Amino acid sequence: MTVIDQTSTEFDDADRVGLDHRLAQLEAHAIFVIREVAAECERPVLLFSGGKDSVVMLHLAKKAFEPGVIPFPVMHVDTGHNFPEVIEFRDRLVEQMGVRLVVASVQDAIDEGRVADPGPTGSRNRLQTQPLLYEVGRNKFDAAFGGARRDEDKARAKERILSFRDLFGQWDPKNQRPELWRLYNPRVRAGEHLRAFPISDWTELDIWRYIAVNDIELPQMYYAHQREVVERDGMLLATSEVTPALPGETPFVETVRYRTVGDMTCTGAVRSDAATPLEVLTEIEQSRITERGATRADDKFSEAAMEDRKREGYF
Amino acid sequence: MELLRFATAGSVDDGKSTLIGRLLHDTKALFDDVIDAVAATTARRGGEGLDLALVTDGLRAEREQGITIDVAYRYFSTPLRSFVIADTPGHVQYTRNMVTGASTSDVAVILVDARHGLREQSLRHAALSALLGIQHLVLAVNKMDLVDWSEARFTEIRDEFAALAERLDVPVVTAIPLCALDGGNVVDPSPHTPWYDGPCLLEHLETLPLPRYDEGALRLPVQLVIKPGVGSGAGVTAERRWYAGSLAAGIPQVGQEIVVLPSGTHSRIAAVEGNAPAVRVQLEHELDVSRGDVIADAHDAPHTVPQILARVAWMADKPLRAGSHVLLKHGTRTVKAVATQLHDRLDVATLDTHTGVDELGLNEIGTVTFITSLPLPIDAYATNRTMGSFIVIDEVTNGTVGAGMVAEPAGAPV
Repeated sequence: MTVIDQTSTEFDDADRVGLDHRLAQLEAHAIFVIREVAAECERPVLLFSGGKDSVVMLHLAKKAFEPGVIPFPVMHVDTGHNFPEVIEFRDRLVEQMGVRLVVASVQDAIDEGRVADPGPTGSRNRLQTQPLLYEVGRNKFDAAFGGARRDEDKARAKERILSFRDLFGQWDPKNQRPELWRLYNPRVRAGEHLRAFPISDWTELDIWRYIAVNDIELPQMYYAHQREVVERDGMLLATSEVTPALPGETPFVETVRYRTVGDMTCTGAVRSDAATPLEVLTEIEQSRITERGATRADDKFSEAAMEDRKREGYF
Repeated sequence: MELLRFATAGSVDDGKSTLIGRLLHDTKALFDDVIDAVAATTARRGGEGLDLALVTDGLRAEREQGITIDVAYRYFSTPLRSFVIADTPGHVQYTRNMVTGASTSDVAVILVDARHGLREQSLRHAALSALLGIQHLVLAVNKMDLVDWSEARFTEIRDEFAALAERLDVPVVTAIPLCALDGGNVVDPSPHTPWYDGPCLLEHLETLPLPRYDEGALRLPVQLVIKPGVGSGAGVTAERRWYAGSLAAGIPQVGQEIVVLPSGTHSRIAAVEGNAPAVRVQLEHELDVSRGDVIADAHDAPHTVPQILARVAWMADKPLRAGSHVLLKHGTRTVKAVATQLHDRLDVATLDTHTGVDELGLNEIGTVTFITSLPLPIDAYATNRTMGSFIVIDEVTNGTVGAGMVAEPAGAPV
């Protein structure tokens, strides 16, 4: 695969369409889905974490409505254990794009007794579902765009582009709506909602090629930097207040980058010298581990960890 | 890089999961942590090595029952092409999910077990693929090792399927003898088939011509009207409105004469922006154009008709009858419609067509006339996939209950 050619920033968009059938098709389809949902749903929202997939989603949304503005707010489900630089990046990008930010806070959910407190160092990953659904209900959102990709996980591989959620926010994987051609059916009743996944068919490589071609800014932690980490269960975890070194662990400084950006307690770094999108592309092409396998402790519990969380209403 | 989408279909136990696992494994698309997980699961279930069928395991219920319930999508690429696999279920009760996967595919790979030959599911999948206008069918005759790689057996199945494909009007059928379990003729040639001089499955998928659906005269179903400056506060300009959408055919050219349907008003393209097929255009005249309208080539426009004759695949328990009120979504417009006549039903077991039917039940295919509340600009499905297709929505449940393919551009049955 001649990735370097395809991701050279010297190509303008017109060249890219001619040269790269795949990325052009993926982009056009994502824009189509975003426009369909925005046109047919009353109150859509875009789920935005500051991670690379959601940054690409925001970029696609901007493109979909140019020269107008993005006609919906973005929502971040904040575990309270996010990397501070990601929160800083989130706020800056949201301001640049001129969109309204809704924060669904896990800490608020804990403080208000809507979810049980897992303790100062416990994982808050699964706790995201309640505040997510709470804010969807409170804001009467009838569609939530997500940046989930089918190559991430076997439960995600099964999901429709428009995925129906019942009154309780639940996904019923055994009874999904048929989805024919590009004719999406976004109809829901009051209290129900949709999840829309415009970049379902993108792979991790596509995301990085798109970032390189369009010169899209990401949080710096996606690129090689020095960080104090401990090695735990085969992963490198950054040391912090919420992820202190455990007895017997010795923190050390390593040159790392992150392949995914999530809750600090369950998102690991990988050793890497890749400092630019092109270097990251080269690295991923040679990688033999999936991004979630390499960096997400939350997906290692069981064969159906993601399916179970999704059924409850998770992203 | 080119992108080819293909659907896989087959009966239970024809080895579909193993074939996909084999394709992914032999093209190095499986990462180490996935391989480790499959090896661990294989061992836990008392097996040895890698049970490649486990690669496509998706839902808990599918693992419990050992079947595929819903379509799963998988991705891999080779130096020549990148691929999306829609791994579709074989059970008749999940036909709607098979159709979901096949509707966006360019190619259908239909598996049969060499010992059993064609079964009702094979016929159903071939018929549905043909109905969906898939131009290339691949008959993967699997488990050739269990018939001692017999050329005679392969030829027998191939010829039987060729006869079937002819009745279904499928233009290109390629039959390949293979063994997903040992990988023979999947990615690498098998030493057991010196009598076979055709391509391996992967080579065939890498080289068959990509179908194009967007040729022909301009068709732009309008998704959105974008008013520049709106919502951005100061600086609202008198700039023309933009009409955004995804091209169903053609490429708009500045100066091109267009007609807006169904209103029939004429104008010219004033500007085009975006990466085809996702574009936005401005028109020379300020017309009343809204979501659902179609901007088309003025000299080669689709027929705008109040009545549609279509082949319909029905997907709901509640049958479709003459007199049923439904919603149709065509392009970017949803209209009220009533089924006025059911003409015939296809028996997928025999491929015979029966007339004199009074309803279309779950998983049945038939020909239906609908009258719509607003005339729709349509092309025949065979000419244009987007302009010739619609979904049927149940007004009460909001469910998608049918898929329609326009049979006649003129709309009215004779």
